[in-house]
Amino acid sequence: MHRFRVLYGGGPLNLAVLLLCVAVAGYAASIVVGDAAWPWMAVWFVAAVVVHDGLLSPLAAAADAVLRFCLRWFPRVPARQTTVNYIRVPVLGAALTFLMFLPGIIRQGEPVVIGQTGLDQGPFLGRWLLLVAAMVAVSALVYGVGGLTRR
Amino acid sequence: MERRRPPLPRFRSPLRGPWLTSVFGVVLLVALPVVIITGLLSYVAYGPQFGQAIPGDVGILHLPLFDWPASPSWLYRLTQGLHVGLGMILVPVVLAKLWSVAPKLFDWPPVRSPAQALERLSLLLLVGGILFEIVTGLLNIQYDYVFGFSFYAAHYVGAWVFIGAFVAHVVLKLPHMVRGLRSRSLRAELRVPTSQTRPEDPDDDLGLVSEQPGPATMSRRGALALVGGGSLLVAVLTAGQTLGGPLRSLAVLLPRGRNSAAADGGPNDFPVNKTFAVTGIEPGAVGAAWRLDLTGGAALVRLDLDALATQPQHTATLPIACVEGWSTTQTWTGVRLRDLAALAGVPTPASAVVRSLEKGAFAQATLTSGQVLHPDALLATAVNGAPLGPDHGYPARVVVPALPGVHNTKWVRSIEFRSV
Repeated sequence: MHRFRVLYGGGPLNLAVLLLCVAVAGYAASIVVGDAAWPWMAVWFVAAVVVHDGLLSPLAAAADAVLRFCLRWFPRVPARQTTVNYIRVPVLGAALTFLMFLPGIIRQGEPVVIGQTGLDQGPFLGRWLLLVAAMVAVSALVYGVGGLTRR
Repeated sequence: MERRRPPLPRFRSPLRGPWLTSVFGVVLLVALPVVIITGLLSYVAYGPQFGQAIPGDVGILHLPLFDWPASPSWLYRLTQGLHVGLGMILVPVVLAKLWSVAPKLFDWPPVRSPAQALERLSLLLLVGGILFEIVTGLLNIQYDYVFGFSFYAAHYVGAWVFIGAFVAHVVLKLPHMVRGLRSRSLRAELRVPTSQTRPEDPDDDLGLVSEQPGPATMSRRGALALVGGGSLLVAVLTAGQTLGGPLRSLAVLLPRGRNSAAADGGPNDFPVNKTFAVTGIEPGAVGAAWRLDLTGGAALVRLDLDALATQPQHTATLPIACVEGWSTTQTWTGVRLRDLAALAGVPTPASAVVRSLEKGAFAQATLTSGQVLHPDALLATAVNGAPLGPDHGYPARVVVPALPGVHNTKWVRSIEFRSV
């Protein structure tokens, strides 16, 4: 048993659980092996991880770092660690809604939408911009009110 | 090994640590099973026993099969509304959880033992699974089929890949989560402002706490409020498509936040699931020449719209609830399916196949005995007191309580009542 732990790096339960997980995934994947489009499913599966871990997360971290750097050198902003949040929060809200409701905002797949619902995607971009403007405005208002009470 | 560490990113947020990860983890541990089970129930609701659930052959990877009930009428509206709505509300929590464990991605050395290699593979399945389900699900409810494969098949298979990895992850990490949750009091943490926010205690074995933390720009309660606020925002933007009524217009970014192109507030002004224009049905086929064929009995029974109108009429208020999570409740009038079954000479059918004038994947649907015989199961010819509009299935459509929307066949041509 000790030998097993040393060689494997974990207990037998660990091995059993992880093998079961891989087995379920393999079994599930076998459902679609007859589907000519299965390679695309695999591509989208891996791409989801790569785009999140390799693109969006570093991009968000870099944007945040740049934002904090800029705020530090912006002379009229009071030196408070939390000031950055008045920009972070509306930007995160905008990014979240943009990504989740992307098809309507960029009018992707509109012919199908019209065929299914009888309605086009015309209103979505304007509505999203209004939503973002509202989030920015509320954040600016809260910042302004906070600034007044701090004085 | 540490000396040869390549210039991987250093994580400096003082908020990361076992406690914060465990808080996000416990939310997902409670909520994701609801999303999973309602999703698997949807597969059962589609009627795999009739070969009309997709993908067709899933081996042992399904819930125990049973005849999907026809009551309560809001059953599929509830399960599928929860599946889509809760799934979307959890997106900010999933993203926050992934953010909180981001340093693990850059573990160095990347592989220390076979156990760790295997676990990293399972994490690829876990993270890939949840992101794949979120992406395909979000695209599907917005009718964006940019991925080019069968949504049903991919979303179902992706779900099982995730389920296996999720169970393994819970089994292996549950003790860490319990320890993490016990390491701090939530109530106490909610009183700590940013200025007092300090990193969690070092966690050498877990590697979540930053070794070179920067100053806090946000408190932990602020981070929780940010994530909760994101979920609340998504809830407000989503719930209306399921709840309907005046709340529908709150779903401003979803196709089902709107009713119909007519937008006249009239009896047919409610969301359409496939317009007449794209069915390819000849307009003449739904005019005076339209006939309804009832088969399965000793002889074919053929009715025109006038003959259908002379049959006993029944009115029921029932939802149409679709796989995309949206629903709309209307008051339908027509002939009970069980009366049509009796008329056809098969008063207690084992099943019924409803065929539409349209062609294609969902141009027919098989109903169970319980669905046909339910007193509110209708071949509707009117909605809210007016004849069905062309987009809602004129001259006649099926409306069965708790049936997935797409199986409420429109532009019905025939019904075959089967005795076995």
